[in-house]
Amino acid sequence: MREIDDLGMSSIGLVAFISLFMGAVVAIQMAQNFENSQIPVPKYYVAYATKVVLILEFSPTIVSLILAGKVGSYIASSIGTMRVTEQIDALDVMGINSPSFLVMPKIIASVFFNPILIMMSIGIGIWGGYLIGEVTQLWSKSDYIRGLQMPMANKFFTYTFIKTIFFAFVIATVPAYYGYNVKGGSLEVGRSSTAAVVWTSVIIIVLNLVLTQTILS
Amino acid sequence: MIEVKDIKKSFDGIEVLKGISTVFEPGKTNLIIGQSGSGKTVFLKCLNGLIEPTSGEIFFNQRNILTFSKDERKKLRSEIGTVFQGSALFDSMTVLENVRFPLEMFSSFSMKEMNARAEEVLERVNLTAESFKKFPSEISGGMQKRVAIARAIVNKPKYLFADEPNSGLDPQTSKVIDQLLHELTIEYQTTTIINTHDMNSVMEIGESIIFLKNGYKEWYGDKTNILTANNEAVINFVYSSQMFTKLREVLLKEKENQLKK
Repeated sequence: MREIDDLGMSSIGLVAFISLFMGAVVAIQMAQNFENSQIPVPKYYVAYATKVVLILEFSPTIVSLILAGKVGSYIASSIGTMRVTEQIDALDVMGINSPSFLVMPKIIASVFFNPILIMMSIGIGIWGGYLIGEVTQLWSKSDYIRGLQMPMANKFFTYTFIKTIFFAFVIATVPAYYGYNVKGGSLEVGRSSTAAVVWTSVIIIVLNLVLTQTILS
Repeated sequence: MIEVKDIKKSFDGIEVLKGISTVFEPGKTNLIIGQSGSGKTVFLKCLNGLIEPTSGEIFFNQRNILTFSKDERKKLRSEIGTVFQGSALFDSMTVLENVRFPLEMFSSFSMKEMNARAEEVLERVNLTAESFKKFPSEISGGMQKRVAIARAIVNKPKYLFADEPNSGLDPQTSKVIDQLLHELTIEYQTTTIINTHDMNSVMEIGESIIFLKNGYKEWYGDKTNILTANNEAVINFVYSSQMFTKLREVLLKEKENQLKK
């Protein structure tokens, strides 16, 4: 429960804030693109396109990249600090399997809670699009709701869910690896945190391409 | 009893321990002393199983632990208590949770029994109930050391290791920690091994002392004969302070007078 709180619950505010604005921006961009299109595109497609873009890419990938920064640096620095202050040695000397003891709860918490965060992000992003429509009057309320009700391939949901699980695993394990293998003092803990965030982000981006090619094509 | 035979340890081709053999007896505070870089910490880590020696044998009650199976090692670890140099208390746990932790891992006690045992040892190391719910960052260095000692003894270990238990503490608190380790050694009849370079600790609780120099066992003795030891490295180590230099002069004079009589 402590891990869920540290890795998941504490990110709800940030994810909600980013998703709200991200949804609004995506909706405006879609509306502008459709308006400038040579082929006339009905207004209700703004909501449909916003929904699809959020589900397929923005929520799972962008939110995972943000979590890689927030949660990844937390995992790397907390485990790294445990290493340099001999807390991991204390676990080892007691005969406790320290990698499993420290990393498993983080993997479970991350894999369990990240899909919830991503679903929340999609919902709030769509709501952000709706709100900005109300403010700017670029599209009507009924058009937006109609667009949201347009059917979407089930494969998209499966793809998003699989992506989220893979990213959650990477977010928990890569920073844990960097934190666990720190040697030195506080400076090295800082360096390993930075390296952990960089490599987690790189792996997420590469994995995103691989999974997209594998599942969607 | 712990017996060590010709322990060697190398890191990247550099030999840190160059063949140490010695015996640590139960019910005694056994001290490992020596200058920084002499191999004390590596030696202690070989003994408590954190580092595997390159060669040699380590016997815990006549059983070579280097040939132990995984299960035997796990059982042995439940009989070992370790006090780390920086206390190594778990930041995310309260004082009581830190001390209860080894019981949660190794005992089949109920939560009530575990709390009772943890409180008992915390009181034994002279900590009051008001500190039990505090986090390590909220208590002083001396109190952290006491919590670390309480955590090390909560499982009634047969073997107790302490790496520089006085580092960062004032002389008065250091003395209290030394006395506490000494009392607990007698009370639990543990084989206690303490790494130190604090001469006050040596003179307080040094019932058996080995002096390491450049990875070798340079000298062996106790607190009664270290001040008059006829070994240059020991003399340089012990008499690095003016007070002890003067004390040596007095002791040597006394010895000379006794011989004349």
